[in-house]
Amino acid sequence: MATVEVRFSALPGHVRTGRLIAAAVARRSGMPEGGLDDLRLAVGEACARAVDRHRRAAADQPVTMLLSADDACFTVTVVDEAGTVGPVELPDPERHGEQPEPVEPWPSGVGIAVIAGLVDDLAVIERSDSGGSRVRMSWRLPSTRPAWVGPSLP
Amino acid sequence: MDLSLSTRTEGDRTVVVVGGEIDVYTAPKLREQLIDLVSSGTYDLVVDMEGVDFLDSTGLGVLVGGLKRVRAHEGSLRLVCTQERILKIFRITGLTKVFPIYASVEDAVAATD
Repeated sequence: MATVEVRFSALPGHVRTGRLIAAAVARRSGMPEGGLDDLRLAVGEACARAVDRHRRAAADQPVTMLLSADDACFTVTVVDEAGTVGPVELPDPERHGEQPEPVEPWPSGVGIAVIAGLVDDLAVIERSDSGGSRVRMSWRLPSTRPAWVGPSLP
Repeated sequence: MDLSLSTRTEGDRTVVVVGGEIDVYTAPKLREQLIDLVSSGTYDLVVDMEGVDFLDSTGLGVLVGGLKRVRAHEGSLRLVCTQERILKIFRITGLTKVFPIYASVEDAVAATD
């Protein structure tokens, strides 16, 4: 299985990084051009969710994104290490001007609902031990494959 | 920044022309623009999305927030969008039923509902 692993700091600016890398690898894995808009949006939503969870849990660790392709599917898994996710951070009046205002609060789960409309298969797994979660999204690939992907690697 | 914003008036509406990507990183800039317009007494808005390459749920949330703000002043927020890749997230979330969406700024400005 050809795999690419990406880690990025939990910053809103890197959500774009995540979705662009995923689209580039998906294209090379044989995903048709027409499916890439859906993939970019779904991966963007998953990365934004992970970044938000890290920021609310004050987690220093990076967000991880795993990309893999096999004979049938292209799969993107976004992993966050946010332990116990805290409440939405309210702006501190003492630090007004330093802290950006939070964007309109959106019910949590909207991102996942959007992803569900864009993928062939979706799993959201919450880890009960150390916390954190993973969002695994898969798209079926057409039967004609580029040579690049090849048979399973050791 | 990956987001461009400009405004102009057309008839009795203010058109906000958005270009580039509206995501979790750039959405605050759009939010600020909509808040500034409402604070300055501008309540009838048309948001032209034809130059938008990407829109995620954070961007949708900003548009919903803008809609609520103008409606609090009996105003309106209409969208111009013909790109299916941008309309898709409105369809998935059912927000095509919430936002009036038009094929051109002319249509949006002329609409009487």
